[in-house]
Amino acid sequence: MLSQAPTLADFGHDTWWVIIIKVLAAFVFGVVMTLLGVWFERRMIGWMQVRPGPNRAGPFGLLQTLADGLKMAFKEDLRPRGSDRLVFLIAPCISAVCALTALAVIPFGPIVSIFGERTPLQVTDVPVAVLVLLAVSALSVYGVVLGGWASGSPYPLLGGLRASAQMISYEVTMGLAVVTVFMLAGSMSTSEIVAAQASNPELSIGGATLAVPGWYVLLLLPTFVIFAISAVGETNRLPFDLPEAESELVAGFMTEYSSLKFALFMLSEYIHMVVASAVITTLFLAGWRAPWPVSVWDGANQGWWPLLWFMGKVVLVMFVFVWLRATLPRLRYDQFMRLGWKVLIPLALGWVLVLGGTRVAQVSDLSRSEQLWLGGAVAAVLLLAVLFWPARRQPSRPSPAEQVAARPPGSFPLPPLDLQVPPSPQARRAVAAKRTAASGRSEAEPAVKRPLEGRAGTDPEGGEQDG
Amino acid sequence: MSVLLAQGVEVTAGEAWTFWLLAPIAVIGALGMVLARNAVHSALWLVLTMLALGVFYVVQSAPFLGLVQVVVYTGAIMMLFLFVLMLVGRDAADSLIETLRGQRAAAVLVGGGLAALLATGTYRWLEGTPAAGLAEANAEHGGNTEGLANLLFSRWVLGFELTGALLIVAALGALMLTHIVREPGERLSQPEQMRARFAPGNYPAPKPGPGVFATSSSNTTPAKLPDGTASPRSISPILPIRELTAAEAADKETER
Repeated sequence: MLSQAPTLADFGHDTWWVIIIKVLAAFVFGVVMTLLGVWFERRMIGWMQVRPGPNRAGPFGLLQTLADGLKMAFKEDLRPRGSDRLVFLIAPCISAVCALTALAVIPFGPIVSIFGERTPLQVTDVPVAVLVLLAVSALSVYGVVLGGWASGSPYPLLGGLRASAQMISYEVTMGLAVVTVFMLAGSMSTSEIVAAQASNPELSIGGATLAVPGWYVLLLLPTFVIFAISAVGETNRLPFDLPEAESELVAGFMTEYSSLKFALFMLSEYIHMVVASAVITTLFLAGWRAPWPVSVWDGANQGWWPLLWFMGKVVLVMFVFVWLRATLPRLRYDQFMRLGWKVLIPLALGWVLVLGGTRVAQVSDLSRSEQLWLGGAVAAVLLLAVLFWPARRQPSRPSPAEQVAARPPGSFPLPPLDLQVPPSPQARRAVAAKRTAASGRSEAEPAVKRPLEGRAGTDPEGGEQDG
Repeated sequence: MSVLLAQGVEVTAGEAWTFWLLAPIAVIGALGMVLARNAVHSALWLVLTMLALGVFYVVQSAPFLGLVQVVVYTGAIMMLFLFVLMLVGRDAADSLIETLRGQRAAAVLVGGGLAALLATGTYRWLEGTPAAGLAEANAEHGGNTEGLANLLFSRWVLGFELTGALLIVAALGALMLTHIVREPGERLSQPEQMRARFAPGNYPAPKPGPGVFATSSSNTTPAKLPDGTASPRSISPILPIRELTAAEAADKETER
């Protein structure tokens, strides 16, 4: 009997119909996840914004995306006169094809039996599968850039320019981040990275050994944070959706697209989100492996069950994507570039250095005390650097009231800063008229006067009329 | 091919099919890159050739090299090319007028000569090299990627570090050439601009349009301020302020 967790040797022996089934299944997974992903996102954002979201088509509005897709297919396909005919057509195709190709190296589960054939639940795996993912995500940006260029109008061109710059900067970060995963897993194949997260490394602290969970989200927390941020940047999702920033560029690179070409762009955007979630799941959340309370059960990592854990983790990561979109405002372009080049890349590089140094110290024939001395020296140098780093002194900011008081005379008039709305002159006049009419009839009519008395301090007229 | 066959290396059917499918595409991409009028089309043809080459590397059992070719060359370097081409503008098609006489013929000659030189040089260099086979070469370090990493970080580490330093120097040099030194305070930040906008002496609201409360709707007629004086801010500085004289504004008996 074959072992449950596939190794690289288990790939490439499938019969042709198994290959066709697996490829089709990956394709259908991508498309169905897009349909459900759009629905999920709209419902989730609706929930976060305390409104129902789409709820008309089908149960819980599940068929809304299908209806939207059908509508798109029947729309008029426009092409601007200044556009480049061929490139305008192939740009959305590049996007969609690249997004779907990435699903080929995602491990969905262990070795299962399909109609009697034992095969890993993954289309294929190569020794450099993570590089395939990087390459495919690099190529998919061509769709965005070329779509922006071929439209032949300024907004899409700006969107395309932003996309190319964004992709180059965030792919560097992504590549540097996964280097640490390779160092720990000792492999670049996705199935082996999942397998490497199954073992629980033992940490010895003062004689007592402690089994640490092998998920890289815990072992490589900085990598996970850096990778997740750059994955959001790479998938053009809010808060990093600068190529299509609708408040600045109409719809960015998609402005001139309509009908099925637009639908292809939408499809690829959501497949990208699904793929990014699946990659994060594979690299950091142990892929299809069961989470802790379930993994106590022996059958949790066998057969078709792992598909469920995998889907659960993917949906969880997708929820975080949606959550980010509902919460964060879009970054300004220069802030975004500063974050990429001045924060994330140096962080990723430094983390690679730290981890590499640790690994070298572990495998070298240093004694325990020498290792501790070395680590302590590095930590001391870092501490000194942090302590004596020339800090820019932040000038203490005056309070709003002080700022208002410091304004030179003749400044532009300010509205009241204490949020007290002065009474409208019109309402005051009406109340005054009512009161003079009432005082003619009877003496005691406090019901109208009460609110005015309460406000006497702010109302100069109220005081003199009361007296 | 004959050299390989002489050493008894079998070419599988899949490899042969891939080669005969992609080799023409690679050549067409190279020709299209040279012949395309539009610079962006030219870049796209080059991308096609690079992708075909990447697949060739993968088929030749060098998956790491093939994918790095796609990530680095197609993904990053050609994307930078496209970025620059798009910045320059989409109408920057090459003109086919030859500015240097005989330049094309000389280019063909020198290019062909370089290709012949490289080909014969490589052939002569590799002529007597004994072929150990891929399996044996990979077995030494446990895999293709591992073997490559071992070479890069031991034998060729100095060369790679020097190349990296050279690239950084080149990038810094390019930055220095295009760098404009700004005095501190020359460029106002957003909060500073906002404060200046609301400072006394500056009117932050929209300026009055020309012709507001004026005797004529001409662009050269300034708007009237509430005290009746003309506002010089309401007209463009290149236009002279022109109020109608009393004689011009007088009733010309044409309204009846």
